[in-house]
Amino acid sequence: MPTFFEKRQIVIPGDLIAEGNYVAGENTFKENGKLYSTHIGLVEYEERKVSVVALKGFYVPRVGDTVIGIVKNITMGGWIVDVNAPYLSLLRASDVVERSYRPQKDDLSSIFGVGDLVIAKIVSFDRTRDPLLSVREPGLGKISRGQIIEIAPTKIPRIIGRKGSMISMIKRETGCHILLGQNGLVLVNGKTLKDNRLAIMAIRKIEKESHTSGLTDRVTEMLKKEKEGEVENA
Amino acid sequence: MPKSEDKLIDKNGLRIDGRKLDELRSTKIEVGVLSNADGSAYIEQGKNKILAAFYGPHEVHPKHLALPDRSLLKCRYHMAPFSVDERKSPAPSRRDIELSMVIRQALEPSIFLEYYPRTSIDLFIEILQAHGGTRCAGITVASLALADGGIPLRDLTVACAAGKVEGKLVVDLSDDEDKKGEADVPLAFMPNLNAITLLQMDGQLTVTEFEKVVDLALEGCKQLYKIQKESLKAKYVVGEGE
Repeated sequence: MPTFFEKRQIVIPGDLIAEGNYVAGENTFKENGKLYSTHIGLVEYEERKVSVVALKGFYVPRVGDTVIGIVKNITMGGWIVDVNAPYLSLLRASDVVERSYRPQKDDLSSIFGVGDLVIAKIVSFDRTRDPLLSVREPGLGKISRGQIIEIAPTKIPRIIGRKGSMISMIKRETGCHILLGQNGLVLVNGKTLKDNRLAIMAIRKIEKESHTSGLTDRVTEMLKKEKEGEVENA
Repeated sequence: MPKSEDKLIDKNGLRIDGRKLDELRSTKIEVGVLSNADGSAYIEQGKNKILAAFYGPHEVHPKHLALPDRSLLKCRYHMAPFSVDERKSPAPSRRDIELSMVIRQALEPSIFLEYYPRTSIDLFIEILQAHGGTRCAGITVASLALADGGIPLRDLTVACAAGKVEGKLVVDLSDDEDKKGEADVPLAFMPNLNAITLLQMDGQLTVTEFEKVVDLALEGCKQLYKIQKESLKAKYVVGEGE
């Protein structure tokens, strides 16, 4: 049962990664006992499971994901929200309105208008239905302040880091509140614009160098340097 | 132009552009050349210059075209008005429409369309300069554009033609060889899965000649695949800054 690539080696679609008794993980498929990659990415082995960490990809909704979306349209029963995915999602009015929703009386556009940004959770999605969103949880709902940046959705796990080490470090160093949408939109909310700028710089650095090791240390170093520089300039 | 222009193969066995019978045109591929599209690639193969890009997967417009079980691949092969000697009308010709379908059918087997039901992938192949074998080069470059945009693929698709010119079997026909030669066989191929996804023939060949021509085209595909593979990796290896 040979494997043909080292761990973290780059593969392209159609590359034969392993043969025999392996389980096809993310971004791979198995045919006639042979395991191939479906994306350009880096190989990961986890016991018998072989997966590829994609370098390029788009967001595919998953139940339980927290996402940041833009309200695109208002319908009778709710809002159509763009979450940067192949499918438009629906946020039902009955999920937002207190008491029971009365289409004749309740004005949906006064709650979320077209163009508003919302933080929401995906509560249901499958092959036959578009994603359904919910804002019925603390921390979800309309975004009123902060800065939004868009990054590649495939890099989100790297920004979180192992057990959240990376993201908590950035939060600590910059004092910003950061919310990562699984769909690649990130809300940065700091006390000053300078803090925001610092946090965004760190996130951009991680996005660019996501596949290199020892990144947490380098980002910490960069943030410390930048902060010192700011003190000197002031 | 030299006087011997009516001869496609000279007495030394070299072709009109100086290639050997089994030699491909020099090929240069670049991946990820456009920032607005979801994925893109550019190829120069001899005098061919082709740009491919796609958007998607996203909701289908008009909605009734959506397929309940898989994504819809929309493909547009288009020749720019300045791509050929005499101005071509920019409106899609019969040939453009046919090639759009042919390219779509050659690429469909390589894509996991069933992963994204009710969506569409809009693929555009723009011929900036044509010099024979644009459908093949178009397939090769379109496959790279899809890979660049993170569409899940079973394999890259690579295409190459072979044919018969003045009684000799040759690979990767150029414009003149295609027009004045006896036969042309374009072929698209998934190298790792060893599957042919497009096989056409124009002209006349005996059965044994046909078999040889197919082998020749497959050999061409395999050579082209190496370039295709390297160009896709190159984008990331350089960008890694290691």
